[in-house]
Amino acid sequence: MLFRKYQTEGFFDEMFTAAGKVRPHYKTLKQRFDELSLKEFDQKRQSVDLSFMRLGITFTVYGDSEGTERIFPFDLVPRIIPKSEWEYLERGLEQRITALNMFLRDVYHEQRILKEGVIPASYVLSAKHFRPEFMGIKVPRDIYIHICGTDLIRDEKGEYLVLEDNGRCPSGVSYVMENRQAMKRAFPNLFESAGVRPVDSYAHDLLNTLRYVAPNGKDDPTVAVLTPGIYNSAYFEHSFLAKEMGAHIVEGGDLLVRDSKVYMRTTRGLEQVDVIYRRIDDDFLDPSVFRPDSALGVPGLVNAYRAGNVSLANSIGTGVADDKVMYYFVPRMIKFYLDQEPIIPNVPTYLASEKEDYKYIMENTAKLVVKSANEAGGYGMLIGPKATAAEVREFQKKIKAEPRNFIAQPTISLSRHPTFSDLSQMEGRHIDFRPYILYGDKIRIMPGGLTRVALKRGSLVVNSSQGGGSKDTWVLYGDE
Amino acid sequence: MEMNEMMDVLSTVGCLLLVTPIDFFMLSRVANSLFWMSRYLERAESIARIVDVNLQSLLDYKTLDDKSLKEQWGPLVKTLGDEETFAKLYKKEDSRAVTEFLTFNESNPNSILSCIVSARHNARSVRDQISLEMWEEINRLYLFIRSKSTRNLWQQSPYDFYREVKQSSYTLQGLASATTVHDEGLEFAMMGRFLERADMTSRILDVKHGILSMTEASGADLGFQSIQSAAVLRSSSAYEAFQHVYSSQITPVQVAEFLLLADSFPRSVRFCMRTFDHFLRKMSGSAPGQFVNEAEKLSGRLVAELNYTTIEEVMGIGLHEYIDSIQLKLNEIGLAMFESYILYQKTELEEEIRMQRQVQQQ
Repeated sequence: MLFRKYQTEGFFDEMFTAAGKVRPHYKTLKQRFDELSLKEFDQKRQSVDLSFMRLGITFTVYGDSEGTERIFPFDLVPRIIPKSEWEYLERGLEQRITALNMFLRDVYHEQRILKEGVIPASYVLSAKHFRPEFMGIKVPRDIYIHICGTDLIRDEKGEYLVLEDNGRCPSGVSYVMENRQAMKRAFPNLFESAGVRPVDSYAHDLLNTLRYVAPNGKDDPTVAVLTPGIYNSAYFEHSFLAKEMGAHIVEGGDLLVRDSKVYMRTTRGLEQVDVIYRRIDDDFLDPSVFRPDSALGVPGLVNAYRAGNVSLANSIGTGVADDKVMYYFVPRMIKFYLDQEPIIPNVPTYLASEKEDYKYIMENTAKLVVKSANEAGGYGMLIGPKATAAEVREFQKKIKAEPRNFIAQPTISLSRHPTFSDLSQMEGRHIDFRPYILYGDKIRIMPGGLTRVALKRGSLVVNSSQGGGSKDTWVLYGDE
Repeated sequence: MEMNEMMDVLSTVGCLLLVTPIDFFMLSRVANSLFWMSRYLERAESIARIVDVNLQSLLDYKTLDDKSLKEQWGPLVKTLGDEETFAKLYKKEDSRAVTEFLTFNESNPNSILSCIVSARHNARSVRDQISLEMWEEINRLYLFIRSKSTRNLWQQSPYDFYREVKQSSYTLQGLASATTVHDEGLEFAMMGRFLERADMTSRILDVKHGILSMTEASGADLGFQSIQSAAVLRSSSAYEAFQHVYSSQITPVQVAEFLLLADSFPRSVRFCMRTFDHFLRKMSGSAPGQFVNEAEKLSGRLVAELNYTTIEEVMGIGLHEYIDSIQLKLNEIGLAMFESYILYQKTELEEEIRMQRQVQQQ
């Protein structure tokens, strides 16, 4: 009886209603889990942790001279999404990536959306990741964001909201697939009765997406995954995807640009590369154009891309759409380009650079979540209700100095999910959700995604660098 | 079946049908990592065997004083490790200090631990090129050598500890052959294995060249010599093979002959280099007796030399001197291979940046 003492404590709980009744899509799972004791459950958990260690599914802890590797904490209670809810999410995500790609196409060409005053031009031009060098450059099939990992949350009523669009190098997808494998090993009999959609076609879909954007529609392009290398915390994922796709995994030093073409150094000499799935940020991509101190990139790569001899996924300059100030305008983009209302709403957002919003933010800092426009991983952020008065004052100074760099949002009480706690019992923990969207010949959304969970009691921060873990996410064929 | 259920099934089937073989070339960095991965594994295995044999042969001594311990261990530190590092870290060359140094010491790049860490590092950087089975085994070996309980095992039962290391290396050789594609990647791995093995066999002989070269031993010395000869054979896991071939009392010259020149023993220098040469030629497809690069020239020359040399000639030159010349040649061959296949078009980053900026300004 794993859930006997479980309390929802007034939060929106994914598995139980406020009255403590199990939701229909969790029924089968609850039945099966109820057959286990907490002790048996804990044993399964330990053996799963061991298997991650044995398989080397680990990330390297930064700044540790011994090169210590850790596993990404994994919780065995899966998060379940029923069919109708998933179809709603799919529609919303499809709408969003379509609008974002149209926006990027527009700001790097005609800039209609700026000229017509829908988004103030100054916001785009001042965005940290806007790349004026790319104005007027044609990218293959007009696709900028090929791989997107939109972060979604649910509020206290259970409504889905978009928290941010990750249109640069969203990571975590390998964990989705490895988590599923781990669940299958731990509960081999659970899946046949549960009606869970498989996630394993992702690598195949990704390869198709990458091949679709090959230069000049080349038939049998050579595809490579560009990684910063073995010490990067996402290296496992890079090699996982390369292996699953049958693509080469390359480091900057493996590539060479000659006559605006990109080549790999092989044992047989130089071989041309056509499509690069790069897992290196713009800034580090080409030291002859961007940061000259970057040893991770490839001198001349940007020029080869401009010349149309190599395709990059995602394209250069997509970071402008990741700017949290630009996030505020996504509903307007949807209206402007598609003439639709947003299907999945944004979290209400205040811009510190707008006069009235600024006043509101300064008067209510302690109630709000304040975020800097271009930080990720849960950094550069103030959670007002959890901060001390001194921390609030410190942040207000920063906002005053650089209003363009800050936005604020009301503190959303994220939905909770039963999670095996450090006290070896089931307790509610806050979660979010990152589905993975591929934009190629068509839009493909993996039926699943990464559910991240804040393992510390009461914490709202789900990032792995700050005490977060993950869960397997089940999208069902049906509604129960 | 519902619509989306069918789509999932279809896309999985599509996945199976659409497997196209990827282009058949290998990154130089990958080739290098595969080469070194197997070299380090072979080195860890050899050192495990040598240390184990030495520990066991100590059991045959009547009395053990500092001097005889030093005689036993000193040459090992010299040939397998780095005397200076050792002298900095340890007061005396006793069993405990030397075995610790050769097994777990992290400042000794050739300790078993360091070799396994390096092998795993290389394996990790080519994780997409080796099979899951191989990766799991290398990772298991790594976690084993890193774990605290392994230290206890080593203290309580060194025999079991070293056996575990050797066993893992054998398993990996089997896995490489049974679970990976036999293509260029495996060829590089094999070259790493056999070049290292040739080098190690020659080192093992060299450690005991003094004793093996004593021609007129008698009485107590004779017994000592025969114990040492057996130890040399065991260090190359050649004891049984030797008995099988010679079926007589072990003489030092025969030991040297067997380990250097045996035609079909898989750890003799001759056998190793013939195998190395075979894989080297497979890369270019050049016929025996011909060469297309420096590596093939040097390798072919060494194989010919080993094919047409007698042990009497070797002893005439002097065992130590001969082994020295062999090791020099092994180094040259390794370097030449590196230059032919790995170091293709090396460029300096600064120079690249400057050049690419010039291109962009045109």
